Amino acid sequence: MSDASGSTIDLEKWEIVVGLEVHAELSTRTKLFSSAINQFGGEPNTNIDPLTLGLPGSLPVLNEQAVELAIRVGLALNCAVRPSEFSRKNYFYPDLPKDYQISQFDRPIDAEGHLELPDGSVIGVERAHLEEDTGKSTHVGGGGRIHDAGHSTIDYNRAGVPLLEIVGKPDIRSADQAKAYVSELRAILIAVGASDGKMEEGSMRVDCNVSVRARGASELGTRCEVKNVNSLRSLGRAIEYEAARQVDLISAGEDVQQQTRHWNEDEGRTHKLRSKEEADDYRFFPDPDLVEVDPGEEWIDRVRAAMPVLPAARRHRLAEASGVDLAKTAIVVERGLDELCLAAIRAGADPVRTLTHAEHNLSGGRSSNLDPDGFASLVGMETGGELTATQAKQVLAEMVSSGDSPADIAQARGFEAMDNSELEGIVDELVAANPDEWQRFIEGDSKVMGFFVGQVMKATRGQADGKVVTKLLNSRR
Amino acid sequence: MSDRLPKSPDNAKSPNNDGGANQRISADDVAKVANLSRLTLDADELDLFTHQLADILDHARDIEALDLEGVEPMARPLPLVNVFRADEPGEPLDRAEVLAAAPSVENNQFRVPPSLGER
Repeated sequence: MSDASGSTIDLEKWEIVVGLEVHAELSTRTKLFSSAINQFGGEPNTNIDPLTLGLPGSLPVLNEQAVELAIRVGLALNCAVRPSEFSRKNYFYPDLPKDYQISQFDRPIDAEGHLELPDGSVIGVERAHLEEDTGKSTHVGGGGRIHDAGHSTIDYNRAGVPLLEIVGKPDIRSADQAKAYVSELRAILIAVGASDGKMEEGSMRVDCNVSVRARGASELGTRCEVKNVNSLRSLGRAIEYEAARQVDLISAGEDVQQQTRHWNEDEGRTHKLRSKEEADDYRFFPDPDLVEVDPGEEWIDRVRAAMPVLPAARRHRLAEASGVDLAKTAIVVERGLDELCLAAIRAGADPVRTLTHAEHNLSGGRSSNLDPDGFASLVGMETGGELTATQAKQVLAEMVSSGDSPADIAQARGFEAMDNSELEGIVDELVAANPDEWQRFIEGDSKVMGFFVGQVMKATRGQADGKVVTKLLNSRR
Repeated sequence: MSDRLPKSPDNAKSPNNDGGANQRISADDVAKVANLSRLTLDADELDLFTHQLADILDHARDIEALDLEGVEPMARPLPLVNVFRADEPGEPLDRAEVLAAAPSVENNQFRVPPSLGER
């Protein structure tokens, strides 16, 4: 935070309040209201048709798949999926040649939902509505910035791509929670196949509404909307900067003005874009070219029946099966290793060791091909003392690459459980060779423990079990 | 309608819900709408359009005079719902042909004057 405003918020005194609006591009083949292709990164102005260009006589017809995806997201976010309609949002700007954006205004398709974060907190979702994306403008000349551009060039490939705008409630209380919310939402969008969630390609764009208030206050403070947040890192930085700016203002006896502000990643600060008194007057009215959308129970039930198990439910399932904290399950689910872990646990593997391997020694992708029974055998060998934690990690890595059984790999590598009598002999030799250190150890200097454990490991070329060695040394004190 | 969400304060500025038809539209209102549409009107045009628009709104007042208790607002005359298009790609327009019709082109993009302020 200090790199931003030069001050750090005293969180004993202040509370940060954040509400996020997330625009997600839907993974349809074609645009929301026309058959032009929905594709990122094409040659400029190749995915265009009369509707995209707002040519006279063109008429919008709604893409059924976009509605299907909006229903999926609505159900995944525990929203009511409702009859909806499209309105025209009128504004004059070259990124949409019709001079209006078709958007759902007061009758959105999804309303009143929530999502659960990995730490168990629940964030409300006010609504999610369908709308068209705009074309991409590039500002040329001047400093390349919008205010001093000599002129702009426009590529309409993105104009008309279906967006779902997901409006969250101001339930978020920190930058980290905001990042967790966006990550969770992204995981849900990907899980239901609604969006690829690529922030770097603009498939997922976040505007954040930030305000601060004295801790314990019930009324919300005046908020500012921060735009141009293009990564999770930017999101966290922008919120912390903006909250600190507002606290500074209030602390100096000034008022926070309701504004739209632009996040500058390089400078690490926000700039005023416009104040709300100058807010655009969009003159919304129902679009006469389009009819009401009423998916009906049958369609909604069909979508519900085909829903995958969502990340939050997967975390709960894994926590219940393994007995570990809910928060510990997040990384395993994120990597898509939860099914593997569940199967290994069912096959008798110790749950905590299983999850530890998934968290530290496995990544997603190829590891998901790991055979659950083999994984369970490996964990069993480790639990039974046949392998140390370090050896188990090495065997696991080879299981992933070669597909061999853990027993074969352990044998090939000469990993065998050290006999305790063998260890006893090694300790005897070490005690004899290092009498001063041993004396200090006996007198209670625990720092010397590490030295002896290290020496045993060296003597056994890492094959001894650290825990067994520690126990042995302590028993001799 | 029962499924309408309350309008958020930012968005509740639609002209069709500010005060009904009892007040006549003013020259200031017309100037504002013209500005939003980037139309330049001289004083005579402003006067002309203010009267014309007021007459149109007077027509709406005739409807407001009726007893509409219990009648739901209707945006479209046709009793249609769920008109959809399959998610199938069609033929795009030819870029060269489209750009040939544009007033100004740069790097296969439409070239436009600088925009004042950001949306």
